[in-house]
Amino acid sequence: MGKFQIKKSSTVHDVVVIGSGAGGGMAGHFLANAGIKVLMLEAGPFFDPAKDSQQFKWPWESPRRGASSVRPFGDFDAAFGGWEIDGEPYTRKNNTEFEWFRSRMLGGKTNHWGRISLRMGPDDFQPKDGLTERWPFGYDELKPYYDRVDRLIGIYGSVEGIENEPDGIFMTPPKPRLHELFIKKAAAKVGVPVIPGRGSVMTEAIPGNDDRKPCYYCGQCNRSCKTYGDFSASSCLVIPAMKTGNLEVITNAMVREIITDKDGQATGVSYINREDMQEYQVSAKVVVLGASACESARILLNSRSSAHPNGLANSSNVVGKYLHDSTGASLSGFVPELMDRKRYNEDGLGSIHIYSPWWGDHKKLDFPRGYHIEYGGGMRMPSYGFESGIHKKNGLVPGRDGQPKKAGGFGAELKDDYRRFFGTRVGMAGRGTAIARKENYCEIDPNVVDKFGIPVLRFHYTWDKDEVRQAKHMQDTFQELLHQMGAIISKEDLHGPEDSYGLEAPGRIIHEVGTIRMGDDPKKSALNKWCQSHECKNLFVVDAAPFVQQGDKNATWTILALSMRTAEYILDQRKKQNI
Amino acid sequence: MNRRESLKALGLTAVSTGVLLEACNTEDKKNAKGPVTPSATDNAGREPFEVERNKKLNAERFFTEHELATITVLVDIIIPKDDKSGSASDAGVPEFIEFIVKDIPSHQTPIRGGLRWLDSQCLSRYEAVFKDAGKEQQLEMVNDIAWPQDVKPGMEQGVAFFNRMRDLTASGFFTSEIGFKDLGYVGNTPNRWSGVPEDVLKQYGMENV
Repeated sequence: MGKFQIKKSSTVHDVVVIGSGAGGGMAGHFLANAGIKVLMLEAGPFFDPAKDSQQFKWPWESPRRGASSVRPFGDFDAAFGGWEIDGEPYTRKNNTEFEWFRSRMLGGKTNHWGRISLRMGPDDFQPKDGLTERWPFGYDELKPYYDRVDRLIGIYGSVEGIENEPDGIFMTPPKPRLHELFIKKAAAKVGVPVIPGRGSVMTEAIPGNDDRKPCYYCGQCNRSCKTYGDFSASSCLVIPAMKTGNLEVITNAMVREIITDKDGQATGVSYINREDMQEYQVSAKVVVLGASACESARILLNSRSSAHPNGLANSSNVVGKYLHDSTGASLSGFVPELMDRKRYNEDGLGSIHIYSPWWGDHKKLDFPRGYHIEYGGGMRMPSYGFESGIHKKNGLVPGRDGQPKKAGGFGAELKDDYRRFFGTRVGMAGRGTAIARKENYCEIDPNVVDKFGIPVLRFHYTWDKDEVRQAKHMQDTFQELLHQMGAIISKEDLHGPEDSYGLEAPGRIIHEVGTIRMGDDPKKSALNKWCQSHECKNLFVVDAAPFVQQGDKNATWTILALSMRTAEYILDQRKKQNI
Repeated sequence: MNRRESLKALGLTAVSTGVLLEACNTEDKKNAKGPVTPSATDNAGREPFEVERNKKLNAERFFTEHELATITVLVDIIIPKDDKSGSASDAGVPEFIEFIVKDIPSHQTPIRGGLRWLDSQCLSRYEAVFKDAGKEQQLEMVNDIAWPQDVKPGMEQGVAFFNRMRDLTASGFFTSEIGFKDLGYVGNTPNRWSGVPEDVLKQYGMENV
């Protein structure tokens, strides 16, 4: 190892953006297109779906047949990283649980997600029940930005007029698959609404955009799209922004801290290059933080200086606090009526064809906030784990001859069972609002560093009775829906109080938000309503960290709208020479 | 209609057709059997450690020849050749199991130990290890461990082993080209989704849902 020195660049960039996911990508795209010289730091390698996607590979092209032993969502999934990354640990306090998913690569976590693109509604921004803090603005403030994101990126859906599920500017949604019709029919009887899905997949061309091709229904958005038919921050934001000549991306740049001057204003960023393991510093007039909710909090807390002894932008002491991930629980069964189905291609598109927006009346319920339901099933491409555990279900239905059958077995009859069961499974998963609580947080672990020598995060998170009761309501609803459609549920799959009704550990749903929250009161928030630090005026946060309180809506579309709004504000403040 | 014509029929442009043709490299994989050693071009979009890991696992050998021979007999009992398609070993299932136990080490002890359990049962019953026992004896043995709701005392561990073998055999077989054809999975190709076919809607009475 050579002499330890920090390599400093003399260039002062207009803006340095940390992170290339939904938040960083949108800010970089907006500012570069406005003529600002932007430098983007990404902690992982470059990734261009056109070249790097695993789309259309067959399972036998993977020695593990698509198993998730290397990538958590399977061998063909686009996302690098996962809940555990070699050399980059995190810890937990008091035996509590939190699972931290990180995808260090161009586009960040937009590489793994389901493209489910929901707007938060008026009640999500301004809750009427008084339980949680209100955002410093309402839905009307963000609506124009949601509209612009819809037009820029493309989203399908249907206009429904549901007050807290605001409509967007939609392309035609895909038609339901067969099992989705079973769900729709059953849900109508149970009293659960089912509407067309809302996802950022182009079912139509986008006027004026020739770089992206409309969807051709391979159902593999999670592998990323070679023809850019869905939204990834890489294909839709960062790569196009690079073509303007105003955005430069440095990959494999693991940020250590944001550097400030004696007045506490940001002057630059220090990072370690993953490949040569050297320390670098870049200078900037404005720093935009979009490293993901928890990583951004980590960077601020590690950016201590005499001007910011408690970490940057943290005199309120809220940085890291109010961490909350969506709740999640699921259940599946199989529909005997769907056995021996006719075969045809129903891959469809890789996001949701249908979903259930929240319908409950909290006056009649024992938990305060709701959830939506996402549905799965159909004749999906077989992968590792295909029909695993068939012995738990092939004894639950009669054989071809109508006679009762014993579970398990082997030979020609078993082989035939696999054929018979193909495409009979129906699954449902709830994604619900978790409450932002001060007691759920991440902080710097005083004893542990990662392989770069950067102090790591320590998490403290517990679910409360509100979330457990919500999960119980999910399970009751799922059972009712499955029974109504004539599905059979293996008894091993049922959840109850002993496992908190299948409520997933916090972090498993990968919707974590809230760690650098915004607000009008600098004593109770780190950022103002423009996602600008109260105390460091040239520092902005554009990922999910500024969220005051999530709704049951997946965070990405709100991150994009917020980031665009903040980028526009940065442009305005630069013109006014305020920053 | 060949692939290029069918893509054209879908209205895809020349540019995207090129990309897709490159992406749908199915024709080159006609004789795929068992784990495929990725070629250099297959490594696009892979992290270096993934490529290394596959290389390392492919170079290692976990099962002994005896174990692999026993696995081959077992998987062909679980999924035999029939009038529709070939057997599990025709589809490369033993090679897949050899790879997957290295990739997912939690399979190693249950499978290795399960094979020993099976051999020791057969030795005391038939004075031969499982693979050397007669066909009828093998089936008699398997019948004692293949039905989880009907387990004779002392056979529980064999049932747990066989459940795992059944699952791995299905994973290996139905993720092979032979298995795909058998199952009738017809996706993973560009197309237009315009809803459930009319005759299927009618079959399930879903015309008005």
